[in-house]
Amino acid sequence: MNLWSLALRNLLRNRRRSFATLLAMVVGLVAVLLFGGYRSNIAYGTQTGFVQQTGHLQIQRPGYYLDGGDNPAAYGIAGYRRIIDAIQRDETLAPMLAVITPTLRLGGIAGNFSAGLSRSVLAIGLIPEEHNRMLAWNEHGVVSYARPLPLAGSLPDAVVVGTGVARKLGLCHLLDAANCTPPPRTDDGQPTPDDIAALSAGERGDAAADAGTRIEVLAASARGAPNVASLDVVEAKNMGIKAFDDTYMAMHLATAQRLIYGGGEGQATAILVQLRHTAQMPAAAARLRELLAREFPGEALAVIDFATLNPMYGQTNEFMDSMFGFIALLIGVIILFTLGNTMSTAVIERTVEIGTLRAMGLRRAGIRRLFLCEALLLGAAGAVAGIAAALALAWLINHSGWTWTPPGYAYAYLILVRIGQDLPLLVGSVAGMFAVTLLSAWWPARRAARLVIVDALRHA
Amino acid sequence: MHPVSMRSVTKNYRLGTVEVPALHELDLDIPAGSFTVIAGPSGSGKTTLLNLIGCIDRPDRGEIVVAGQAVQAMSDDALSDFRARHIGFVFQHFNLLPVLTADENVEYPLRLAGVPAAERRARVRELVEAVGLADRRHYRPGQLSGGQRQRVAIARALATRPRLVLADEPTANLDSHTGAEIVALMRRMQREHGIAFILSSHDPLVHAAADALVLLHDGRIVPPAGEGSAP
Ligand SMILES: Nc1ncnc2c1ncn2[C@@H]1O[C@H](COP(=O)(O)OP(=O)(O)OP(=O)(O)O)[C@@H](O)[C@H]1O
Ligand SMILES: [Mg+2]
Repeated sequence: MNLWSLALRNLLRNRRRSFATLLAMVVGLVAVLLFGGYRSNIAYGTQTGFVQQTGHLQIQRPGYYLDGGDNPAAYGIAGYRRIIDAIQRDETLAPMLAVITPTLRLGGIAGNFSAGLSRSVLAIGLIPEEHNRMLAWNEHGVVSYARPLPLAGSLPDAVVVGTGVARKLGLCHLLDAANCTPPPRTDDGQPTPDDIAALSAGERGDAAADAGTRIEVLAASARGAPNVASLDVVEAKNMGIKAFDDTYMAMHLATAQRLIYGGGEGQATAILVQLRHTAQMPAAAARLRELLAREFPGEALAVIDFATLNPMYGQTNEFMDSMFGFIALLIGVIILFTLGNTMSTAVIERTVEIGTLRAMGLRRAGIRRLFLCEALLLGAAGAVAGIAAALALAWLINHSGWTWTPPGYAYAYLILVRIGQDLPLLVGSVAGMFAVTLLSAWWPARRAARLVIVDALRHA
Repeated sequence: MHPVSMRSVTKNYRLGTVEVPALHELDLDIPAGSFTVIAGPSGSGKTTLLNLIGCIDRPDRGEIVVAGQAVQAMSDDALSDFRARHIGFVFQHFNLLPVLTADENVEYPLRLAGVPAAERRARVRELVEAVGLADRRHYRPGQLSGGQRQRVAIARALATRPRLVLADEPTANLDSHTGAEIVALMRRMQREHGIAFILSSHDPLVHAAADALVLLHDGRIVPPAGEGSAP
């Protein structure tokens, strides 16, 4: 019969009230944990998506990112190979590196000119094997939607486009979607200007006219003249975000370089640095800046992290954090008042008992401890039951196959909650629960301890 | 040495702005090892007097010495510890802890006083048997009759071997037969333990058992008939 078992017996005295209070705590904790797990899944999911596509850090010419990233002529990095070599040789950076790879972004016009269809695209030239290794990054073990680009090992003229681009260019057979209108035959009409038709005809040469997958891309070369490449669309890929999907095109780096720089030295607009762990980012960025300043003092180069490159990442996190904070606060307040009310009622009901204990020689602190112990026991039971219930519900949700389409996205994501893997969430919720428990029991316990003994004994 | 000695003790209660006098300039010595009963009409100050002796209330003026200690200047914690060691309480409504068994109720003050477990067990067994509840030791108060509950309360009051046991109307909630049994038990325990018992009661049965009777009226002690009339 120690303090804790006495507290437990007192709780069991009014089972219904204790159970109702416990239920409020469990429901509250489950709500906080489920939403927290959902938030956590989105945060890790978006981080993984961005790191897979853009790496953790990018080395670019200053101003390139702000300028919109489609002007390779002004922002090319000629010596990108030497920079990559230097980074790979650096003994601090080398162990952190997962992938380091150059890319070249360019804006252009993709045309299915024979069908009289075109649209502007933001194309990226990349090294497919390295890009696919980047897509395999999954530090947090989230459900990854990244599929390898089918460019690896393909011919130099192979490209992948977003489904929106494919639809616009009338490449309907590349899409599963039914909502694609095949291009009208344009044998009679002449929608394509003569000079571009001629350019594209010249570029295509004698290549087998694999009608239906061949397109032309028109871009401004480094010297400002238009240049055209005839390319072969090997796949249409849903890029998730519609605005992105409608302009996406990926090609071999060498092909992109030939389009922009012709026969001259190929350049890159960014060097993508993907680290093994996101936590290494500050250290890696600092080291990179130092290395670039030391070894390439003449080059103006900036190191930019993925959060800066993808403002949506921070915005999503802030939005989810503020919702989480609001929900947690609301639930905390509700538990505070529910438990506070339960404890106050218990103190009033047991006034004579408190007077008796005090008369027998229990100090004020002993009374306070007794009621705090009761509240803490309730809190502990609520925490255990709440975590168990939340984990069980999370399992059900994660295995239910529910999906939703986030705002701005082109396809549905699985609804997942990530509680078990999110230690800060678990620890934080439980600590918060105990803090609320102590806070709500504090005043009733204090009131109980300060009762005047003779008045308490006279209490009917 | 008297277990209780009071000099010029005055206690008033405040009801809003009105002062309600409860005890007035009271002088009282309780002899060691006595069975003292405080008698008097309702409102005469019996409970107030017992509360002051029991150190759960403080006088407005005067001096109280309990078990050789001047208690009015002690802090709340010191008084709590003092009560735990030296004073046992028996209440009109028994006031047992409902979640504890008879044994555990008797044991509770021993825990407060920090008595080691082995000795606690021995004392609880002895006391529970002495009050005749050996076969009810694992019952909770709700499963005991009023008389049985008061027996547990008496055992509990004696557990720490106090200098003094205080009982405010201990038989008022019992039928007269059970009340008589309880008075007899208290009288027996008081003799066996050789300590002072101070009771308050309206009950002539209790008065009859007393070594000394203190008669209160309007917060003053009424001198026994004959005293003061002597030349
Ligand atoms: N807490 C209090 N507040 C105000 N007045 C009080 C308080 N307690 C007692 N009194 C007053 O003090 C006086 C003495 O009361 P006390 O309870 O000591 O009498 P009592 O002899 O025990 O009476 P009873 O036989 O009815 O129990 C009474 O006039 C009572 O009204
Ligand atoms: Mg009274």
